[in-house]
Amino acid sequence: MKQLVIILMSAVLVNNFVLSKFMGICPFLGVSKKLDSAMGMSVAVIFVMLMATAATWPIYTYLLLPNHLAYLQTVVFILVIAALVQLVEIILKKYVPALHKSLGVYLPLITTNCAVLGVTILNIDEEYNFIQSMVNSLGAGLGFMLAMFLFSGVRSKMESCEPLKSFDGLPITLIAASIVSVSFMGFAGVVEGMFK
Amino acid sequence: MKNSKLSIFVKGLIKENPVLVLVLGTCPTLATTTMAKNGLGMGLAATLVLVCSNMAISALRKIIPDKVRIPCYITVIAGFVSVVQMLVKAYARDLDSALGIFLPLIVVNCIILGRAEMFASKNNIVDSALDGLGMGLGFTLALVAMGSIREIFGAGQWFGMNIPVLYDYHLSIMTLAPGGFFVFGCLIALVNKVTSGRAIKKKSFSCAGCPNAKACLGEESGKEDEE
Repeated sequence: MKQLVIILMSAVLVNNFVLSKFMGICPFLGVSKKLDSAMGMSVAVIFVMLMATAATWPIYTYLLLPNHLAYLQTVVFILVIAALVQLVEIILKKYVPALHKSLGVYLPLITTNCAVLGVTILNIDEEYNFIQSMVNSLGAGLGFMLAMFLFSGVRSKMESCEPLKSFDGLPITLIAASIVSVSFMGFAGVVEGMFK
Repeated sequence: MKNSKLSIFVKGLIKENPVLVLVLGTCPTLATTTMAKNGLGMGLAATLVLVCSNMAISALRKIIPDKVRIPCYITVIAGFVSVVQMLVKAYARDLDSALGIFLPLIVVNCIILGRAEMFASKNNIVDSALDGLGMGLGFTLALVAMGSIREIFGAGQWFGMNIPVLYDYHLSIMTLAPGGFFVFGCLIALVNKVTSGRAIKKKSFSCAGCPNAKACLGEESGKEDEE
């Protein structure tokens, strides 16, 4: 149990996927302009990350590994994720139209989000068992949400400032991201100290 | 004729540099440029995948049905990425441990899928290979530039060589995550300044600027029309 909490907290705070591992930067910069869309995207990412881990971990452990096909990892994982996202979209559209309306726009974008493929590969690389993998994915998703949430707040404040002309737009956004990322460096010792 | 071939190759290097002008592939750009050497390795690995996948997709462009083209492209790209992954694991172990997860993540690099969708699916094999080579080298160039800046200021070294004064006064934060965002922001601002805003103005950065998003959303709207 203690170990699961450590995995969760370190995925959310210390090794934040966006701000310290640099995964999922595209949606982080692209969709963080408004709070609603940032939240929609984050919920969709958490959902797909959990689904993808639940699908890829058993496939790797029970199908690829015993048959000595571990080298197919990359190909299989990306195809499973792409198929899964399509499937989820179709199911949501048919049975939960309300949810589809709010998440539907973001789902196709997630197939090529490196955070989703990244978390499934990391779970295998770190040799986590199934429960640990799921917790790690949840942590990664929550970390993504936290970063999106904080950054959309920062960006809404930035709208009213006037930077130098050549810094206008993306450059100043990246520099703001750099400062937000400095704040996350402060979490470095938190997880080790939590159980002392 | 020869001129147009040359221009296909050259435009990827500077005028349409994938990282600094089109702002694609931001994740590996930020993550693997802690040292110039890693940037170079990442750039060359991506170039290899880009050239091969562009050629394969261009050769198959008349066979692949339009509706399922994105999954087909992803499969082709993933195949080449696995090849590169095994080559790097076998012959460059240092690079493998330095790039880590970002080696398999070349699959979802927007540059590669973007070029497949925007160029290779419409042009012949030779042009596609040249385009892939130009874009790949442009990517490498940007990564090496960024890696050099971060290594020089962050560690006082360049490709492992010590730099006299900076080595004693290096700012380690430049090699950490915040430094990556900061240097990238400054480089894009520099490109803006040099081209007086012309380069990036036409593509305001958002999901719409990413060719993947266009492909995804295009597919989406296509489906809705059907129903």
